[in-house]
Amino acid sequence: MQLLRRWFFGRGAVIAVPFVFLLVFFLFPFLIVGKISVSEMEVVSFKDVVTFSDGVLQLTLKFGNYVFITEDPLYFQTYLASLRYAAATMVLCLFIGYPFAYFMARAKPSHQPVLLMLVMLPFWTSFLLRVYAWRGLLTDGGWAADAIIGLGLDHVLLAAGLITTEGKLMHTPFSLVLGMVYTYLPFMILPLYGNLAKMDLRLLEAAADLGATPWTAFWTITVPLSKAGIIAGSMLVFIPCVGEFVIPELLGGPETLMIGRVLWDEFFSNNDWPMASSVAVVMVLLIIVPLAIFNKYQAEAQESRR
Amino acid sequence: MTPTTRPAGDPAFLQIQNVVKDFGGVRAVDDVSVNIGKGEIFALLGSSGCGKSTLLRMLAGFETPSAGRIVLGGRDLSTLPPYERPMNMMFQSYALFPHLSVWENIAFGLKREGLPKAQIADRVDAMLKLVQLEKFGQRKPHQLSGGQQQRVALARSLAKQPQLLLLDEPLGALDKKLREQTQIELVNIIESVGVTCVMVTHDQEEAMTMASRIAIMSEGCFLQVGAPGDIYETPATRFVADFIGNVNLMDGSLDVDAPDHCIIGCADCQHFVGHGITGSEGMAVTVALRPEKIALTREQPEGTHNQVRGTIEEMSYFGSFTVYRLKLASGAMLKVSQSNTQRHRDDALTWGDSAWAHWADTAQVVLTQ
Amino acid sequence: MKASKTGIWFGRGWLSLGFAFLYLPIVALVVFSFNDSAIPNQWRGFTLKWYAQLARDEEMLGGLWLSLQIALFTACGAVVLGTLAAFALVKYKRFTGRTLFSGMVNAPLVMPEVVVGLSLLLMLVSVQRALGFPERGMLTIWIGHLLLGTAYAAVVIQSRLQDLNPQLEEAAMDLGARPHQVFWLVTLPMIAQSLIAAWLLTFTVSLDDVVLSAFLSGPGSTTLPLVIFSRARLGLNPSVNAVATLIIVVVAIGVVLASWLIARNERQRSAELAAAGRH
Repeated sequence: MQLLRRWFFGRGAVIAVPFVFLLVFFLFPFLIVGKISVSEMEVVSFKDVVTFSDGVLQLTLKFGNYVFITEDPLYFQTYLASLRYAAATMVLCLFIGYPFAYFMARAKPSHQPVLLMLVMLPFWTSFLLRVYAWRGLLTDGGWAADAIIGLGLDHVLLAAGLITTEGKLMHTPFSLVLGMVYTYLPFMILPLYGNLAKMDLRLLEAAADLGATPWTAFWTITVPLSKAGIIAGSMLVFIPCVGEFVIPELLGGPETLMIGRVLWDEFFSNNDWPMASSVAVVMVLLIIVPLAIFNKYQAEAQESRR
Repeated sequence: MTPTTRPAGDPAFLQIQNVVKDFGGVRAVDDVSVNIGKGEIFALLGSSGCGKSTLLRMLAGFETPSAGRIVLGGRDLSTLPPYERPMNMMFQSYALFPHLSVWENIAFGLKREGLPKAQIADRVDAMLKLVQLEKFGQRKPHQLSGGQQQRVALARSLAKQPQLLLLDEPLGALDKKLREQTQIELVNIIESVGVTCVMVTHDQEEAMTMASRIAIMSEGCFLQVGAPGDIYETPATRFVADFIGNVNLMDGSLDVDAPDHCIIGCADCQHFVGHGITGSEGMAVTVALRPEKIALTREQPEGTHNQVRGTIEEMSYFGSFTVYRLKLASGAMLKVSQSNTQRHRDDALTWGDSAWAHWADTAQVVLTQ
Repeated sequence: MKASKTGIWFGRGWLSLGFAFLYLPIVALVVFSFNDSAIPNQWRGFTLKWYAQLARDEEMLGGLWLSLQIALFTACGAVVLGTLAAFALVKYKRFTGRTLFSGMVNAPLVMPEVVVGLSLLLMLVSVQRALGFPERGMLTIWIGHLLLGTAYAAVVIQSRLQDLNPQLEEAAMDLGARPHQVFWLVTLPMIAQSLIAAWLLTFTVSLDDVVLSAFLSGPGSTTLPLVIFSRARLGLNPSVNAVATLIIVVVAIGVVLASWLIARNERQRSAELAAAGRH
């Protein structure tokens, strides 16, 4: 009784409550998705996977959905496209975000809180609204559309294959990637900034003292030390981008099909729950490796703070 | 200010009995036993990693001994949690609660006891008076200087009138000038309250000036326990002799062993020691000689023992004294410390000079381990 | 170490362009909410009619009310669960299933919402089939948001907990406080600021969520983002600009106020510390 009391009110409760919550509402649903992905859809419910009748235990696993996914070129292409767009977004966010975070971290200490606040402010305002705003900016007659066409950049984009028709910037790979980079940029900047701001500047002084130019010092010292921030930011951008739905829906077009939309359509339009589940399972399998990297980074970050 | 009064209370007030602590595969505290008297100030002295902090934490209750017992006033405390033990600790980082005022910090422990408000107020005021911070009651910790914070931490740890006070590197965070001042104040307060005190430190000066008895710790074991003077002048082993203060260690063999004297032959000199030792002739011994026990002269002194000639290789000037390093015939170095009793000497020794070092026959300690 | 002149100007240029990029849509939203035209990206004239319309827009207002309620419950629940999770991860180094637990706490941060939404919905439907409860609606949306919010809250609170000096809690125990007293009297006041930050963060995340809400909502439980989303899908709509501007104004005031308060706090402390250092 004594033991039960201690366990219940002490450490046990602290761990158990969130643990059970997550098991029930996060892990268990995944198992259900797995099960449904191999079930046969019967009007509005599923045929049981395991049935017992006339003394016969029958296991009915329908792998048809998975076969379909691997055979149908559309699914394969869409998965591939999702990975490509996510990767492109990650790289662009890194390219734009790293110097951004760097210059923020090197700014005068009294300016830094203001800069941080300015980066956080868009983050706190609804992302849906800001993505919607890009529609207005990129549709014919919008500010950004006019500016890009006026500068002649649309020819560049056409040549790069990012848009298909001159002058039409909406619902193209360009608008999609622009929207995703825009939305996920703070997710790249903030971990990088956190990492770079904590860097000991005396290391750079030591490097200079030993004869390194600022450029060399940057590549040999600053960048390697910010590796943790780069990985964190990259994973925070890449993984959710793979399954993005809202941005492709609002800014993407017919040729920018991403797997998030496929899942949505299977579920809401086709009402094919097993199919949607199979799509989800394959999506998770695709991001398992980056997920593991991210989790490992989080655990390491915890350790190093001790 | 070394406490000069020997405590008159129970000499086995705190008993540490065969205490062992293992962390995974590492043994941090290895079968340690000692009795500490009521009212004593006892220091655990050692370098980092020797297990002194672990032992202190076991006394406080933050770690449980893997084996052994901790008995205070006849009561076995080994398995009690910290909040049920009648001892209080002053932490190295002071650990003052930043969101509470000085007054509330000191009152914290008293409130947990459920004392009536009036009594708490009296006790807190008395504590503030004890550490001379009467006017600072309403301030928050970050508004105080380092020395003031330390006094609050001390007041807080004494507020509950604990049977045992534990100090974790009490002077570690202070600069040198402040340290001397605080050492005296601290000992005064502890003695006026009369509480038994166990402190942990890596600073020899701190241990020797503040404690009535010291335990030298290394790799989880007690190497020697005794009063500061005893440890300094009569170290039990080479390690202890080397650990405390500066020392010259000369290896040699026991040539003559008589009841009232012995002669030890070393590479550079012959020692005549004014007392006998237990041992057999011919056995290997080490002679420990403190630098301040050696005198330097230009002329050779009388006799053949307890003297050696050398060349001054190095000199370090410390203001009130100078440390010379003499190179001896065998190539070994001898450290000699001389008080600068005169402001200016024309015949002062300098680099390259040849000099004779000599000492009394009571100056050496003969070590067999 | 002084940066070179070109370095400084390059830096300023990059930051300026970056901020311009970040704020362009926000500015556009606000400007065109006053635009007297049904096509909200070409300026015709100044008007406040979209705001007047907004006041009568039942669908939008209903969505706002629902979203606020859900966000409130989410924030409160997420802070509690997040604190427990953060505690478990920071204080207890070893327990069975720690790696799994850590993975589950961090995963919702990055897992694509379509996956989380689908799986949670399928589970809730199965439960409903078996037990007859819960119906899809506010409760189910709340559960989904709570899941996401807990992950965010745990990250924020965890980082503050780790920075906490463990000797403070030991000192409290040494002075006679039992473990639960230590939490309420010492730990909680010290992490209070991060709890508030976590609350605000999860409130915002819940208020803004589209995908989870879409999967988990039922008839009659349409949140504000869902209303906006369905309108945005159809095309450009000035009512959306109006609501956007209002949200932006509220958030901007909140963020600026919070930053100012924090900065003032910091200045006060530095001044006190400097004063203390003198004696």
